Amino acid sequence: MTVAPEREEYDVVVIGAGPAGLAAAATSSEAGLSTLLLDENVGPGGQVFRAIDSTPVTERNQLGADYWVGAELVQALRASDAEVIHRATVWSLDRNLDIAVSIGGASAFVKAKRVILATGALERPFPIPGWTLPGVMTAGAAQTMLKSSALVPDGPTVIAGQGPLLWLLAAQILRLGGRIDRILDTTERGNYFAALPHAFAFLTSPYFTKGLSMMREVKAKVQVVSGVTELSASGDGQLASMSYVAGGKREIIPADLLLLHQGVVPNVNLAMAAGIEHRWDDLQLCWSPVLDASGHSSVAGIAIAGDGAGIGGANAAVVRGRIAARAAVEALAPAAAAKLPAMASLRADLAKAERGRVFLDTLFRPAPQFRIPAGDTIVCRCEEVTAKDILDAVAIGATGPNQLKAYRRTGMGPCQGRLCGLTVTELMAQARGKSPQEIGYYRLRAPVKPITLAELAAVPKSEDDIKAVVRG
Amino acid sequence: MFKRSELDKRPPVQIFIDGVAVAARQGDTVSAALLASSCDARRSTAVSGALRLPYCMMGVCFDCLVTIDGVGNRQGCLVPVAEGMQIEIQKGKREIGK
Repeated sequence: MTVAPEREEYDVVVIGAGPAGLAAAATSSEAGLSTLLLDENVGPGGQVFRAIDSTPVTERNQLGADYWVGAELVQALRASDAEVIHRATVWSLDRNLDIAVSIGGASAFVKAKRVILATGALERPFPIPGWTLPGVMTAGAAQTMLKSSALVPDGPTVIAGQGPLLWLLAAQILRLGGRIDRILDTTERGNYFAALPHAFAFLTSPYFTKGLSMMREVKAKVQVVSGVTELSASGDGQLASMSYVAGGKREIIPADLLLLHQGVVPNVNLAMAAGIEHRWDDLQLCWSPVLDASGHSSVAGIAIAGDGAGIGGANAAVVRGRIAARAAVEALAPAAAAKLPAMASLRADLAKAERGRVFLDTLFRPAPQFRIPAGDTIVCRCEEVTAKDILDAVAIGATGPNQLKAYRRTGMGPCQGRLCGLTVTELMAQARGKSPQEIGYYRLRAPVKPITLAELAAVPKSEDDIKAVVRG
Repeated sequence: MFKRSELDKRPPVQIFIDGVAVAARQGDTVSAALLASSCDARRSTAVSGALRLPYCMMGVCFDCLVTIDGVGNRQGCLVPVAEGMQIEIQKGKREIGK
C-alpha cells in the first residue's frame, strides 16, 4: 500500500515515530497545526515501543510496564488529526525545510514551516574480532525480534557488553522461555568509582529499583561473568565459539548466537546532512547536536527531540518531543500554545526524566578496547576495512574521516558510516594524537538512505531542471 | 538460533525462500522470517563474498540485504512478509535488472 502525503506543505513535519516523535506529532496536531509524521517502520513505536500495536507478546508482564506506556502515546496520536505515514524513508532534508521521502519505491516532496527530527538512536558499534560473522547481532536486534515476532534464542547464546538494555533484554528472553548460556559484563571496574559521585541522583531515580530487580531476576538463572576485558567471536562462515578474558583468565565457549551491546548513540545522519552543527560529547562518547533549551538546532526551523538530541532515554524523549512541539506552536500559532502545558512544567518534567543519567553514562562508559579496535578487526562492515588498513592510511597521510574515504572507501557503503563512523573518528584521533572534535566526522549528504537511480529519475522535473543538465 | 514462542498466535503467511515454501507469521519482517526458518539465509557481501546475516534488525546496518519479488538490495528488516512473497538470498552485489 502506497500512500503519498496529502498536501505539499505542512506547519510541522515530524520525522520518526518513536517516543519523541509520537509525543511531538500529537502535541502539535492538538494545538491545531497541520502535522505530518513520517516513519520508516511498519508501525509506530520506534525501537523502545517497537510493535506496540501488533506485538504477539500480549502478556503485559513479559515486556514490562515501561513498554506499554507506548500504547498511550499511540492512542494520543491517533486521537489527533496528525497525518501519519509508515514505511516512509526520508532521504533528504535541507535548510529550506524541503523534505524528500521515499514511499513504496516512489519519492514525494513536502515543505514544512517547522521540522522536528526524532530519528532516535542506534546501538554503538561494537567492533570486536569476528563481529561480522553470521550469528553475531546486536542486543537490540534480538529485542526487535522478540517484541515484533516473539522470537527468542534457542541455541547456545551469549550476551556480551554493558548497559541497562542488556539486562532488560536478558530478562525478557528468559520470561519468554528463551535460552541464554552466559552473560559477559564488560563494565570497567574503575567506572564504579567514577560513577559514585553521581550515585545519589541515580539512587533516587526510578531506574535504580527497576534495574536492581531485573539484574536479580537474570542472575538467578544465568551465569554472569563480570570484569570482561577482551572479547572475540570465531567460526567458519558462521559463529561457532567465542573467547573472552576476565580477571586475566581466557575462556572459550561454544555459541551460535552472540548478542552485543554497549549503549546507544544518536542517529545523526539526517541531522548532519541537513547541516546541523554537532559537537563531540566527551561523556557519552558520540556526536550530539548543538541545541537550545527547546531543542532548536543551528538550522532555523529544525528542532531535534528524543535520543537524537543526546541520549536521555524514552521518558526524556517523550518530554523533549512535547517541548519541541510546544516551541513550534509558540512560533506558528502563539494563541494556541495556551492550550498546552506550560514550558516551565515541561522543563521540570524533563529534569525529572533525566535524573540519574550522568550516573548511567559514567558507569556504562564503554572501555577503549571495545571502541577502538586493532589489527585485522573489521571497522567498516560495508567496505570490509580493518583497523590496520585505517592506521596504514593514516601513516601515509589520511588526516580525517573524509580523506580516509579516498584511501579506503570507509563509510561509503550502504550504511553510510552508521556502523563505522564513531570507530573511525576515535581510531584516527588516537593515531594522530588529536581529539575526536578536531578529527571530525564524515560529511554526510542526501540521499541519507540509498534510493535507486530509477526512483531519482522519476522525480518530477521542471523545464529549468532539464535545461540545467541537457546540452545543446 | 531462534525459535518462536508458544505465545505467538498470529496467523501464518506462506512465503517462498529460494523457491521453498516457508510458513512465516503475519507481522514478521522478511529478515525475522528468514532467521526463524530453517533455511540457510546467509547472503554474501559484494566486496569479498563473505557470508553475513542481519546484524541490527532496525534498518541501519544493511546486512539484511535481500531480493524480494525480483527487486534486489531490499532491507529485509524493514519489509513485512506478504502471502506468496518470493525471497531470494542475495549472493554478491545486486544484479542489473533486479
